[in-house]
Amino acid sequence: MIRARWWGPFFGIGLALVVTSVALALGGYDVGEAFAALWRGAFGSEQAIASFTLKRSVPLLLTGLAVALAFRAGIWNIGAEGQLYAGAVAGFTVGLIGGGLPSFVLIPLVLLASLLAGAAWAALPTIMKLKGGTNEVITTLLLNFVAINLTAWLVQGALQEPRGVYNESAPLPESAHLPILWGETDLHVGFALAVVLAVGLWVVFRFTRAGFLVRAIGEGPAAARITGQVRSNRVTAGVFLASGALAGLAGAVQVAGVDLKLYESLSPGWGYTAIAVALLARLNPLGVVLTAVFFGALQAGAAGMQRAAGVPFAWVNVIEAIAVLGVLIAAREKAAA
Amino acid sequence: MIEALLQAATPTGAGWAAFVEAGVRLGIPLVLAALGEMVSERAGVLNIGLEGSIIAGALGGALGALATGSAGVGVVAGGAAGVLVGLAFAIPVVWLNTDQIITGTAVTLLGLGGTAAIYSSRFGATGTQLTLPTLEPIAIPLLSGIPVLGPAFFDLAPTAYLTFALAPLLAWFLFRTEWGLEVRAVGEDPDAAAAAGLPVRRLRLAAALFGTLLAGLAGAHLALAYAGTFAENMSAGRGFIAIAVVVLGRWRPWAVLFAGLFFGAASALQFLLQTLGWDVGYQLFLALPYILTLAALGGWIGRSRAPAALGLPWPRRH
Repeated sequence: MIRARWWGPFFGIGLALVVTSVALALGGYDVGEAFAALWRGAFGSEQAIASFTLKRSVPLLLTGLAVALAFRAGIWNIGAEGQLYAGAVAGFTVGLIGGGLPSFVLIPLVLLASLLAGAAWAALPTIMKLKGGTNEVITTLLLNFVAINLTAWLVQGALQEPRGVYNESAPLPESAHLPILWGETDLHVGFALAVVLAVGLWVVFRFTRAGFLVRAIGEGPAAARITGQVRSNRVTAGVFLASGALAGLAGAVQVAGVDLKLYESLSPGWGYTAIAVALLARLNPLGVVLTAVFFGALQAGAAGMQRAAGVPFAWVNVIEAIAVLGVLIAAREKAAA
Repeated sequence: MIEALLQAATPTGAGWAAFVEAGVRLGIPLVLAALGEMVSERAGVLNIGLEGSIIAGALGGALGALATGSAGVGVVAGGAAGVLVGLAFAIPVVWLNTDQIITGTAVTLLGLGGTAAIYSSRFGATGTQLTLPTLEPIAIPLLSGIPVLGPAFFDLAPTAYLTFALAPLLAWFLFRTEWGLEVRAVGEDPDAAAAAGLPVRRLRLAAALFGTLLAGLAGAHLALAYAGTFAENMSAGRGFIAIAVVVLGRWRPWAVLFAGLFFGAASALQFLLQTLGWDVGYQLFLALPYILTLAALGGWIGRSRAPAALGLPWPRRH
């Protein structure tokens, strides 16, 4: 019952804006100027929209879809962070090795590698859940740390740049770079890919038998009795692996679209923020597009807010957190009704 | 390399002493937070928002110590700040039956964002480094003179001694007292506990808040004993690591203590490897405790079972 009423997200965001406004006013800031600067930073120009807001929304959009898909089926995958790292490393490695290939061959290979690596990183929790009944919350969380530490190990070892000075890899060959989507901006095709996937996932949920099965299993054991245990296990496994694959894709898209290198700490916790993104979207794939862009806009606008109104960057994280808590409270209303 | 190995392998080798000392130093905040999380989980409440309480404890500790000039007051303020953030987690989870994982995630965001916002609003966005009154280590006579182990275990800040004392205390509480039995009962079978007349929600709330109190103290220890300053994000994922420590420690106080020190030792291995001159990436060893915890969960090394009602809301809708 984590899917709030339709007004839940509006309530959450409204609550967040009211609380932050009061806090900022009490802190002696000019609230109007702060929000105006936030808006300008996020949507004030073509550059702001594309190179900042939309570009920043891509990893949140893909990991948000991963989380929404899993949560819909009642699978508590909080390992999107680790799956993202696995996908980034695999995608980067394929891009590095296949540097001589033309883009139209290499880019699909890079993305495919990241999908497989993300799914592989979700495989162990899937097996442990189905065979031993081990809670996936803890296994996926543990694997996040394994992935992050292994990535650091590779970036300071086998994949380190040739001079061995910096904790980063050699540059990704140019033929593996994702093409730019929008004119003179930094927005890469990863955004379009993510939106297409969101629409596809929505169609699957809405109109197909597979989507119905996923939702049925998310409703709990009663539905599993109707579909049969074997089939229910198969759907669980498929959804868990697909969720991992989507998160893995987020890693490669970030590396090939933005970073163009492999860094030790390539994600500022997108895999965790994705949980907030998915919840605020009521686990609806199309909603995830909106909430990911909303979070991207907050992050993009925060820098402008800090410059123009002197409001520290971190306040946008408070807005995000309160919005989620507000949605949770709204979800509770539904349960009580 | 063999010479270096022999040199460091002597018991009094400076490399070993530094390793043990660093392992304990890194392990203590993990143990303290994990012991709290253990009590919370024993009552059925999985608090993924622990990270938020730790960072709040660090900021609360720093502000308290700065305002009064006393690190002791800072520790109290840190514990209180941990509980304050804990309320934002425990009230929705226990009284409104919101999902524990999502609420915890939101509270982590709230703690990290809120502390960074307060800190930079107060001290400027550029952040000149704070110098705080620190918790001075207390050397225990004679014991602190033992080679290698003495400086590591018997020359510590008061919060570190508290951490070691909490393991037996909590073992006694959980397994030898009526309240401990009640806490475990609501974590195993809340329906039966309620039928027996136990106040399930109040017990869960109390256990969860106790967990965040220890998390706040762990944060205060980080700021006032470990670092001597506050920095944004200084909790550095320790709240999540503490959850892994609880699992490796199989929800038992003594085992949690050793598991936390083991995680600390794994992080400290880099210092030992440097002294040994081994060119093995230390991050590989950082991943090791998590892999072992996975193995423990999978039943490949011993049997590990979580409280039966862990993470589940109560009352359940049927």
